[in-house]
Amino acid sequence: MAKDALLDFDKALEIFEPVIGLEVHIELSTKTKMFSSAPNIFGDDPNTAITPVCLGLPGSLPVVNKEAVRYSISLGLALGCEIAETCRFARKNYFYPDLAKNYQISQYDEPIAFDGELEVELDNGDIITVPIERAHMEEDAGKLTHVGGSTGRIQGAEYSLVDYNRAGVPLVEIVTRPIFGTEHRAGEVARAYVSTIRDIVRALGISEARMERGNLRCDANVSLRLRGAEKLGTRTETKNVNSLRSIERAIRYEIQRQAAILEKGGIITQETRHWHEDTGTTSPGRPKSDADDYRYFPEPDLLPIRTTRETVEELRALLPEPPAAQRRRLKAEWGFTDLDFQAIVNAGLLVEVRETIEAGAQPQAARKWWMGEVSRTANERGVEPSTLVTPEQVADLQSVIDEGIVNDKLAREVLVGLMAGEGSAREIIEARGLAVVSDDTALIAAIDDALLSQPDVLEKIREGKVQAAGAVIGAVMKAMGGKADAARVRELVIERAAAV
Amino acid sequence: MPEITEETVSHLANLARIALTPDEIAKLTGELSAIVHAVEAVNQVATPDVPATSHPIPMENVWRDDVVADQLTTEQALAGAPDHDGSRFRVTAILGEEH
Amino acid sequence: MADLIHMSAAELSSALAAREVSSVEVTTAHLAQIDAIDGNLGAFLHVNANALAVAEEVDAARAAGEPLHALAGVPVAVKDVLCTLDMPSTAGSKILEGWIPPYDATPVRKLREARMILLGKTNMDEFAMGSSTEHSAYGITRNPWDGDRIPGGSGGGSAAAVGAYEAPLALGSDTGGSIRQPASVTGTVGVKPTYGGVSRYGAIALASSLDQIGPVSRTVLDSALLHDVIGGYDHHDSTSIPTPWASFTDAARRGAASGSLAGVRVGVIKELDSEGFQPGVRAQFHATLEMLAAHGAEIVEVSAPNFDYAVSAYYLILPAEASSNLAKFDSVRFGLRVTPEGTPTVESVMSATREAGFGDEVKRRIILGTYALSAGYYDAYYGSAQKVRTLIQRDFAAAFDQADVLVSPTAPTTAWKLGEKLDDPLAMWLSDITTIPANLAGIPGMSIPMGLAAEDNLPTGLQIMAPAHADARLYEIGATIEALLDAQRGAPFHTLNPHFSAGGNR
Ligand SMILES: [Mg+2]
Ligand SMILES: [Zn+2]
Repeated sequence: MAKDALLDFDKALEIFEPVIGLEVHIELSTKTKMFSSAPNIFGDDPNTAITPVCLGLPGSLPVVNKEAVRYSISLGLALGCEIAETCRFARKNYFYPDLAKNYQISQYDEPIAFDGELEVELDNGDIITVPIERAHMEEDAGKLTHVGGSTGRIQGAEYSLVDYNRAGVPLVEIVTRPIFGTEHRAGEVARAYVSTIRDIVRALGISEARMERGNLRCDANVSLRLRGAEKLGTRTETKNVNSLRSIERAIRYEIQRQAAILEKGGIITQETRHWHEDTGTTSPGRPKSDADDYRYFPEPDLLPIRTTRETVEELRALLPEPPAAQRRRLKAEWGFTDLDFQAIVNAGLLVEVRETIEAGAQPQAARKWWMGEVSRTANERGVEPSTLVTPEQVADLQSVIDEGIVNDKLAREVLVGLMAGEGSAREIIEARGLAVVSDDTALIAAIDDALLSQPDVLEKIREGKVQAAGAVIGAVMKAMGGKADAARVRELVIERAAAV
Repeated sequence: MPEITEETVSHLANLARIALTPDEIAKLTGELSAIVHAVEAVNQVATPDVPATSHPIPMENVWRDDVVADQLTTEQALAGAPDHDGSRFRVTAILGEEH
Repeated sequence: MADLIHMSAAELSSALAAREVSSVEVTTAHLAQIDAIDGNLGAFLHVNANALAVAEEVDAARAAGEPLHALAGVPVAVKDVLCTLDMPSTAGSKILEGWIPPYDATPVRKLREARMILLGKTNMDEFAMGSSTEHSAYGITRNPWDGDRIPGGSGGGSAAAVGAYEAPLALGSDTGGSIRQPASVTGTVGVKPTYGGVSRYGAIALASSLDQIGPVSRTVLDSALLHDVIGGYDHHDSTSIPTPWASFTDAARRGAASGSLAGVRVGVIKELDSEGFQPGVRAQFHATLEMLAAHGAEIVEVSAPNFDYAVSAYYLILPAEASSNLAKFDSVRFGLRVTPEGTPTVESVMSATREAGFGDEVKRRIILGTYALSAGYYDAYYGSAQKVRTLIQRDFAAAFDQADVLVSPTAPTTAWKLGEKLDDPLAMWLSDITTIPANLAGIPGMSIPMGLAAEDNLPTGLQIMAPAHADARLYEIGATIEALLDAQRGAPFHTLNPHFSAGGNR
């Protein structure tokens, strides 16, 4: 595949104004599917979480999951949307082997929620309001696995296998209006928007919203127009953008790619493009054509949904604190500086830190682990930090430090064990032999040795220059192979300096 | 209404995934024109003030509780399949890209 | 006692309850009739190998004194449009040849719960698209009154099976008349319930907003008995009506006993009393109206001007919904797979399968439906057709202001010759003009035999329609009319069959 020409990002923004639009799909964590009473579970053996409805068997009929409707209304309200008095389902007709009926039950001209807006906070604390066109209910498709060929990708595969466990999982699709004025922060706005939606659905408890699992998926529309022009440029829709980081990168890439074409007098093809995480590039999919005639019509097997004012108010009363308000409150409660707090938010780790604190860790400790070791490892591996450890595990890790079972340095090794799935912190300490030496006799022997071998230091300590103890502590820690509690060593060094 | 040509029918056949033969396309082009001409009559009375009826017996808010039921086993699911690998349905190679 | 196959389900029910006969005897008699005549008649696609075993179980249960449903041990045939766990379910299509569903349709489940004996699956036009049962992938079914004629469609198999005494009862499905029109041309009784009255779960869908499952029998009371078994709310079908239904059996018994139509306003729909109908059909219809009036009915003429657009609206709504409902037949999860030569892709496999697996009528309607829904045409076709539906409902509402029930000939003609209309789809479609309005409006309709047409000595049917939810009214008034006609004739209509009736020379 030929490499795309890219225009320098700043140069591109000098000439063109980027306009973005986002479509976010959220899988709801109901117990059963949208239109079928099959369990809504992830990662089970293929074709086990299924009913006749999931397989589109002849004669089978859909029935709406009431809980999924309530979740969708709550989400609509959290996005500041109007809730439709009546809404309907429609069939979107197209053939694809992962779509059991060869139509998707979705909503077309009568979505459940519309006309919302969402305030999202950027890294520097600026607030941008994203206009939301609609949020509608629909069902997910099954999962295809491509076999044969070299890459496991669809190109060159000999055949494909279909698992319908995911077919029919409830989805809410949230569609923004075109977002103007994002300028050089287009990618950042998109990332902050998706991350805010993720926080909202988690706070609502309606989705796991794990991007790496596909619980939350984002398609990004990008178009450019010449500065001063009124007419919008032709847009592309980039699919398969499955992490917060890649949303930002994909949008930046599309801006640079489109700018390079337009600057040379070329034209943009309206098409679907695919994001490649590995290369950080997009590639064209099928161009939009008349094959995309979805022949929408009202789903005759389902009836309209009417939402009463009372239901709306009941669900509105149950809405959790909006993310921005919650942030203000947490920052005060935790006593973090603006800088520390914003760093957590920017890293998309607010939920993890909060849950770690809720699990018993002190705020500073929770922040330190997530923003430090965990993030560093996640970066190295190119994954989201939340995939490595759970908040409960981090709190558990901190508790073994607080109890003096390990020191900070050993705790890092425990963390490695936790990330490798070796069990609980205590199990790892046991298995890896990481507990600090808590028997003073061994420590005293090592301290006496160290003091006697450094008489000048011993003299200084005796003269009251306690900062000199550092050299002895270092030697003791080394002698103990790091398995000592530094604070206790310090205490003992001062004690022994008088005794030896 | 626009004329129905063989191109129209062949486009529709593609949308509907039916590999019609040229003879069938020719025959259906004539038939479809005649049928469409006959059913166009609906436009004479379908004025803007008339609401559409999707369901003959109007009802709303028909839904179920979020409780698991009616599950099939993998064996039951695969029993009627033209081809499978023991746990998944097998299909011929898909041309093009993921949707 | 009459021989078992010529008894009604009600009579069999009494005889079984009184232990005058066993279910094994009843079942054996019907299986023997199938064995003897079905090779020529072609009503059954599949005969249930398990029928006698189930009959034995019912007999044992009865002997043990277990409480049993009134129809326990009574045989019934099932249109092949319904999913059955233990028998292939093909909807008359090659694309589903040999497919055995992993679940029972709700009406079938209810038959089993009542411990009725499933005799087998009956022939039908492919996916219920047709009015003659000539569009089945598995061959034709003949009319029990004249083997050179069609048994009606799409439920010709169920109607012929009941008409030829292979079964006392059968299930049918009615999207535009597929229960009532076969009943009319085979001299049997058939009922399309109010839309939502019987669950569609497990009925292979043709047009979701029109399809209804209903009973087929030789008497009104028998249809009522069967309707009581299969009807009622089902949470698997969102369009199922949740309110409970009064007993249709009681309504039919009440009607049969009354012997009078005093105070009943019978509306004659002007647009369905057409000069264009077969003279013998019209003659029987008017003779019937006179008889009704003679027994106290008040005959009123009503007009339904929008019925002129009903066939057009129907042939937009049905193909549109069918084009989408039939998309699932793609060779992935069930049914036929045809792999073309060369380098096949999943797309070319799907297209080749659907080309080979669907018959001409199915392809014709899928293409039409795809057209009616496609970009730019929706409003002109599907959207407009749904507006016509509103107008037809308004016509019915106005008519039911003036009348308790509405009547018309069930079909414009008697059974035509096999092959006669095969080359003219539009002419075939027009034969449904009388039955289609009830489906568009969702109201219940019944066909009962009126008498023989003078010119061909073939059965004609009287269609009776009631407002939505008023199915019981159909059974009550239908049973009264049936009793009056039987009394006038001196015998039930089906006894006139020259080939298969008890006195007939088979
Ligand atoms: Mg979309
Ligand atoms: Zn979607």
